[in-house]
Amino acid sequence: MAIDLEQFYEVFFEESLEGLDAMEQGLLAVSSADEADPEDINTIFRAAHSIKGGSSTFGFTAIAEFTHVLETLLDEARDGTRTLDTGAIDLLLQSSDCLRAMINALQAGNAIDTSASAPLVAAFEIMLASPNNSNDNTSVPAGPSKPATTSELSSNTHLDIVAASVDNLLSDGGDSNIDYPDDSGSTQWRISFKPEAQILLSGNEPLRLFRELAAMGELRTEANISNIPAFDQLTCDECYISWTLWLTADVSREDILEVFDWVIDECMLTIDLANTETVEQEKFVPLAAERSQPPAPEQPKPAAVPTAAPEKAIAAKKASESTAGSASIRVGIDKVDSLINLIGELVITQSMLSELGSNFDMDKLERLNSGLEQLQQNTRELQESVMRIRMLPISFAFNRFPRMIRDLSAQIGKKVELKLSGENTELDKTVMEQISDPMVHLVRNAIDHGMELPEKRLAAGKSETGTICLNAFHRGGSIVIEIIDDGNGLDAQLLYNKAVEKGIITAATELTEQEIFALIFAPGFSTAAVVSDISGRGVGMDVVRRNISALGGRIEIESKLGRGSTFRIHLPLTLAILDGQLVRVGSQVYVVPLVGIVESLQIKKELVNKVSGNMTLYRLREDNVPIIPIHQEFAIEADNTRLEDGLLVVVEGEGQKIGLLVDDLLSQQQVVIKSLKSNYKNIDGISGATILGDGSVSMILDIPGLIRRVSDRKSKQKKPAAQHHAA
Amino acid sequence: MDIQELAKTVPVEGEITLDGLDFISNGEEYLTFGLGEEHYGVDILCVNEIRSWELPTLIPNSPEYIKGVINIRGSIIPIIDLRIRFDVGEATYTESTVVIVLTIDSPELKRMMGFVVDAVSDVLNAQSSEITKAPLFGGIIPAEMIEGLINVGSNVVTILAIEQLLALEEDTDD
Repeated sequence: MAIDLEQFYEVFFEESLEGLDAMEQGLLAVSSADEADPEDINTIFRAAHSIKGGSSTFGFTAIAEFTHVLETLLDEARDGTRTLDTGAIDLLLQSSDCLRAMINALQAGNAIDTSASAPLVAAFEIMLASPNNSNDNTSVPAGPSKPATTSELSSNTHLDIVAASVDNLLSDGGDSNIDYPDDSGSTQWRISFKPEAQILLSGNEPLRLFRELAAMGELRTEANISNIPAFDQLTCDECYISWTLWLTADVSREDILEVFDWVIDECMLTIDLANTETVEQEKFVPLAAERSQPPAPEQPKPAAVPTAAPEKAIAAKKASESTAGSASIRVGIDKVDSLINLIGELVITQSMLSELGSNFDMDKLERLNSGLEQLQQNTRELQESVMRIRMLPISFAFNRFPRMIRDLSAQIGKKVELKLSGENTELDKTVMEQISDPMVHLVRNAIDHGMELPEKRLAAGKSETGTICLNAFHRGGSIVIEIIDDGNGLDAQLLYNKAVEKGIITAATELTEQEIFALIFAPGFSTAAVVSDISGRGVGMDVVRRNISALGGRIEIESKLGRGSTFRIHLPLTLAILDGQLVRVGSQVYVVPLVGIVESLQIKKELVNKVSGNMTLYRLREDNVPIIPIHQEFAIEADNTRLEDGLLVVVEGEGQKIGLLVDDLLSQQQVVIKSLKSNYKNIDGISGATILGDGSVSMILDIPGLIRRVSDRKSKQKKPAAQHHAA
Repeated sequence: MDIQELAKTVPVEGEITLDGLDFISNGEEYLTFGLGEEHYGVDILCVNEIRSWELPTLIPNSPEYIKGVINIRGSIIPIIDLRIRFDVGEATYTESTVVIVLTIDSPELKRMMGFVVDAVSDVLNAQSSEITKAPLFGGIIPAEMIEGLINVGSNVVTILAIEQLLALEEDTDD
């Protein structure tokens, strides 16, 4: 039975990357806690172990070998023979980076470059060789063999010692009379393999194991079918067969054990030499209890001289990381269940309606109506559920920050504490993927520019450790992500001077504080005195803003000099569907995104004012809102071109309000956004199109775009020198 | 001067005479259509469908020849009036006015657009050797949009280059 293992690669990659994330979080938790939580260490260990197991099953030996070394160290930590100090955690973190790079390389179909892992392996060996803080060995209940194992392993890097699998290392003592032959020359092994009945349920296929054994040498099998029950008691997914296998091969016991690595918890396994008399019958190996002496030293280790700059190697590796995005989502079973329920309801409604339709008269009109209502309800719920499938908690994006902040703050000597809140706020997967990079940029900026050095903070009367808060919450149909630091804040005067100096604005330009803050998004703008490798080149913030507006979102800045800044990103929950207000201008129907609408009102003549030549303003309480007649803006015909009786839809975007003059307000509904670009091109002031219930196409207004257009035109007229965002 | 009649008189080299097998005959097939007095043709493999004229949704601030967009089975398709674009004939919209929907699906360009024409005439079978280069001087139509000319009897059919036709928007952008 040939199984194409390749089909599982993607799953393995994903699980491994998830495992690495878990490992990293665990490590950070261990490093920040005073006393390591054993559960954290177990999490780290489990992650490493399953990566190792998976990679050796799939034949990614480089990963398996590397993980094994890592696991050895973790195993000691788990047993309490070693506490994870900063050095060890740093090393483990670097290894997780390295593993990630390896997995990414595999994912991209490249060969694994071991140049990054070799120095780390060497570093691990050095660490393992120095039992830094071993407790009194004999007092460790886990096993008197421990110290021997440790030292043995450290002097014995050939990674075939993987065979001395963790389970062996976890040995419980005793059973020291097993013979471990030297692996030179062919030996005949007798393997008695008695799987538990449920082994197939855990996805383990004995045939696959045997195939692996057969690859080592000559394999003879004998199946014991005496336990197969009578046919009527037989369950097809249980395994009743046990095997005795004779393997003649030039392998060590550990090599064989390795094959059974994944099933060792689920079987009774005996391995002994068939051609010696030291056979120990009926030696069961339940649950990780097979004890081994340290494996016989094999080949001397390939000289892995510890390189001085393992970090550099990793950095290089990171740079070449491919961004092969995996195109799958993990969905909670509850979401799928609710979908299935909804489909059930939909089917019932559908059959009711079709029964009604096949035999209809006017008496049944009411039933038809209620049926249609039910259909509408079902469709809406179904739509929401389907959308929810794409939603992931934002913690997926937040989780990379603890590590980043740890590394960064260490690098630049600032003390920074990270607080996360609202991690469970859900967000569309695509939006999340595209918002991660801008968020990283903002956080780096906050640390590099915003945070002061500890001395300076103390001098300013603040606590030595700065705080960065990442906060996410839903507001209306959008999600808000806040990046708050209690650093130095933005210096409006400094920004202004810098902008004048760089020629982004002219010296005479008068700007509000908000507008000055917005200058940091201008291309080529940087206030950092020194360009560091973290930030300061003046690229980035413009990209941040561009990315955010490409997602249909916007970014706001609040800042108090000396107190800190808040960057607030508003994003639509999903890119595909939008709540819209339909408005009519002449024969055309436009969709105004509901998020942008402040209010709709009937124009009162006395509140309309003409200013500065041709600007028409409407007094809305304290604000003066420029009136933009859509028919003029889009050069189309309208029923009503006079302001007096018109309807005004006041919309807000990029911190500014404008009033759109329309002929009529129609219904509010959800619309599916379709791109105009796929068959045409993007149009100024239009963010896309949608198809209405009658099959006609309607344009969706791009409110920030419209506002930009209008204010660009305004600034062109008023101050031709200051058009810094003319593209 | 019915082009249908004309097309029948065109001798096509190596044409398989069996009825019903025309479509696998060698040479290219072109859908011909009329704009005013002129005849044009496009590669038939790019024709997605031919539909009757319906009022499209306007695209704000677009050139006059872009009539707007329509919905074809969930896709938003721009509609271009070739008569205005090429400045031939009169852009009137009657019941017989048709829209030819052309698709291109190459790695460089993937696009669907509708073109308003006066009438669709016929399918023309022609060898590529029969296509002659268009003279360089003259017309309103940009030279790169013309693949060549085919003589059909006493008439000339202008074969349009689909890629250029569909890329048209980018070229005239701003």
